[in-house]
Amino acid sequence: MTGFRYIGRKRRTHEDRRFVAGRGTFAADVRRPGMAHLAVLACPHPAATILSIDASQALSMPGVLAVITGEDIAAAVGSLRHGLELPGIGWYPLAVRQARYAGEWVAAVVAEDRYVAEDAVEHVQVAYRPLPFVVDPEEAVGGDSPPVHAEHGSNVVFRRTFTWGPVADVFAEAPRSLSYRVRWNRSATVPIETFGVVAEWDPGRGILDVWASIQMPKYAEQLAGALRLPDNAVRAHFDIDVGGSYGVKRGIRQSILAAHAAMTVGRPVRFLEDRLENMSGGDAHGPDRIFDVSMAYDEGGRVRAMRMRALDDVGVYPGRAPLQLGKPVGAIVGPYGIGAVEYEAISVTTNKTSQVAVRGFGQAPTNYAIETGMDKVARALGLPRDEVRLRNYIRSFPHRIPSGTEYDSGDFPGVHGDVQALVDWPALLARRDALRAAGRPAGVGFAACLEPSGGNSAFEPLFNPANDTTTWMESAQVKVGLDGSVTVVMATSTSGQGHETLAATIAGEVLERDPDTIRVVHADSLAGLPTNSPVGSRMAIMLGGAVAGAARTVRARMISIAAHDMGVPEAEVGYADGTFRCGGGERDWRDIVLIAHRRYHRLPGGEPGLQALHVLEVPNGGGLPTADGRVQMYPCYAFEAHVALVSLDPVTGKPTVERYAVGHDCGTVINPDIVHGMIRGGVAHGIGAALYERFRFGGDGQHLSGSLTDYLLPSAFEVPEIGICERHTPSPHTSHGQKGAGEAGYLGAPAAIASAVNDALEPFGGELLALPMTMCDIRAALDREPEPVP
Amino acid sequence: MSRHDITLRINGRRCSASVEARTTLIDFLRDGLDLTGSHVGCEQGVCGACSVLLDGEPVRSCLMFAVQADGRGVVTVEGLGDGGGLSVLQDAFWETHGLQCGYCTPGMLIAAEALLRGNPNPDDDDIREAIAGNICRCTGYGQIIDAVRLAAARLNQRAGT
Repeated sequence: MTGFRYIGRKRRTHEDRRFVAGRGTFAADVRRPGMAHLAVLACPHPAATILSIDASQALSMPGVLAVITGEDIAAAVGSLRHGLELPGIGWYPLAVRQARYAGEWVAAVVAEDRYVAEDAVEHVQVAYRPLPFVVDPEEAVGGDSPPVHAEHGSNVVFRRTFTWGPVADVFAEAPRSLSYRVRWNRSATVPIETFGVVAEWDPGRGILDVWASIQMPKYAEQLAGALRLPDNAVRAHFDIDVGGSYGVKRGIRQSILAAHAAMTVGRPVRFLEDRLENMSGGDAHGPDRIFDVSMAYDEGGRVRAMRMRALDDVGVYPGRAPLQLGKPVGAIVGPYGIGAVEYEAISVTTNKTSQVAVRGFGQAPTNYAIETGMDKVARALGLPRDEVRLRNYIRSFPHRIPSGTEYDSGDFPGVHGDVQALVDWPALLARRDALRAAGRPAGVGFAACLEPSGGNSAFEPLFNPANDTTTWMESAQVKVGLDGSVTVVMATSTSGQGHETLAATIAGEVLERDPDTIRVVHADSLAGLPTNSPVGSRMAIMLGGAVAGAARTVRARMISIAAHDMGVPEAEVGYADGTFRCGGGERDWRDIVLIAHRRYHRLPGGEPGLQALHVLEVPNGGGLPTADGRVQMYPCYAFEAHVALVSLDPVTGKPTVERYAVGHDCGTVINPDIVHGMIRGGVAHGIGAALYERFRFGGDGQHLSGSLTDYLLPSAFEVPEIGICERHTPSPHTSHGQKGAGEAGYLGAPAAIASAVNDALEPFGGELLALPMTMCDIRAALDREPEPVP
Repeated sequence: MSRHDITLRINGRRCSASVEARTTLIDFLRDGLDLTGSHVGCEQGVCGACSVLLDGEPVRSCLMFAVQADGRGVVTVEGLGDGGGLSVLQDAFWETHGLQCGYCTPGMLIAAEALLRGNPNPDDDDIREAIAGNICRCTGYGQIIDAVRLAAARLNQRAGT
């Protein structure tokens, strides 16, 4: 990574200045004149017919402005859209006539202040008739299950078996095979900020203004569609700082509800989810999967073919959740040269909170399932687990995997070696053995995985033939003002990824201007250009690429102006550090800016001012899937190798992550502190998914994890120092060789931790095949009698 | 709902207000005084995003009523600055990028401020213990610990120790 002036250098971020001063602007910080407040009433039953709602008592309370029911809102707005065509599954912000999970919102109160609204919620009387329900996904698949959506006819909302390559032949011919089941239980990202929204209807202009903590593709358009407004009547303000999302801040239901309420009472309305509303009824729950996997392999440990069946419990309203089984198609073999794959993807609805997008969009569970198999192959052959990975890595690029996606670049064995050197692998194994000798169960884990990045939506046409979306563009505008200062306009919101720093760094690199002097602003949805929001680990590639494109246009225009002004050919003008030179002549930045802004008589024609727009299509994208379901999913593939040393308390089973390190290759790094923070944060999140975090439901259908005392987030005690070593294998598809880095830690850490725990349990004959591996699970596995040797 | 007149010092300034008995301190700070730097996360004392200093001790402002702060001194993130600029601690968080989304950051700064006031030479275990009651979902804590360590070193340098 050489030759860059600003890219890859240690530089302070643009965003942090306001946050350390307590001057961020989050949704809850928005104050509008006359703002009213909304609170919701949740259904206590996992399934129930709503017989009646009596709001009279609530409405009589001082300060209460309105009570909204599901029937009210269904009469006023259209159903939310799902990612699939699902006739019979209507989806509204409030339950309409029937509630389908414990925690579903059935009514909303709008009042002068939030305390009053919450008081009044307790006085809304709802009569229910409980209905049969289902919470177990395997039961829900069966024909005898209670229907979650009777009108749809089946709880199975998606089922397809893809076969890529001669899977049956390879299994028949392979000398060895093994099968296993792993369970990824329901967890998610759980940002510290819940979802919040303020909606204000301006009847004079006919514009709905929305300030929300949002990370959602086509947010304003979806809102407009449901509210039956034209897209150009909804103005989403993307300069609102989002207090963490990592995928989940979807907020369409909440925003429609607030908007409808604002139109109803004629005042701005704010809805801030409380923690329970967020965790039980909001956009909070992630993938919830059972994997049945078979691998066919040879005596050398090379995996030749894989069969994977993934049953995903999407909860009650599918939304985009089934598509989270689609994205892993683009990395279905992980970093390994597996030649043939059968993949059966099944999405089933249950009477549980809806599943939403979570960091990696379904890739982390799939990686965990694949990596578990790699460990099993190693154990079956008596080979080291790291060695089996080395024997299976893809080593030349570009490489097309059986499901049709081409991996762009990488050096998997190189990164693998780097991280083993960082931790001194033999010494790490010796430390594990020393812990064991001292009476403390301990294990070393290894996991390798890819971070598909540059997010497009190829899984949409793959899973839903009625959807032929093949572009997933991102946009930027670069402009140079009259005084020569540079402004970049981006078109979406940020939830901690450092987009302002990214955009300023790349604009500064191209224009050779100090990034600290470059302003980056977030246009609202009416002022901005097309965007698909910061999903799919895409912004370094897509926003970065759009900014580079626009900045290059501005730079070329300035060279053209300078050449014209000096009377020389453009090709002979050199530009460096703000000065345009040709022979003995030169013009500085300010000269060219003034010509562009003020002196049309010195311009070579064309547009005055200095500005450019760039709308970038996803590199290597744009195609529809083939009939057998092969498609180019994402354009870029970052690689990471994770190493963990975990010890277990022999009495309580409590796990301690003693050592953690990541070897990482996301191509060119734009800002090292941001990338390192993303890796560390992702690992912390993965440690949570592996050991602590779970949304539990009782057999009675009740959600048992509605607070942060029940859903356990790792603290500074649970997350160790995380060592990082890097390679920078550039992507051929991006403006500066960059790939995505926002998901890497999370995509590999659960598998690495699981690998370590199972290594620790192996001497006890124990094995855990479900995440999270809680202290209780580990304790039980340690207590197990050793298996008799056959 | 009964109302109560309270007087307290907030970020060094005397402040008098009439509050409902049930108004939490965090709601009073945010909605009553427009001090929106302190954030609401869990509303049950687990996440630490609402942390403020009460007479120098870090407390959860979601677990206190405003009336309980009557006669006390409260410092929020807005009061940490150094003559209008950033404090050494705030600047260190910026320097190490000890944050991402910025939502937990004010509470994290309060926890770290309380630590450094009592222990100018914390080791990493001290820092972990001091911030263990504050949950960050973005950073994995590593660059936060770097920030507190850096701030301690700079404060010691400034103090000539």
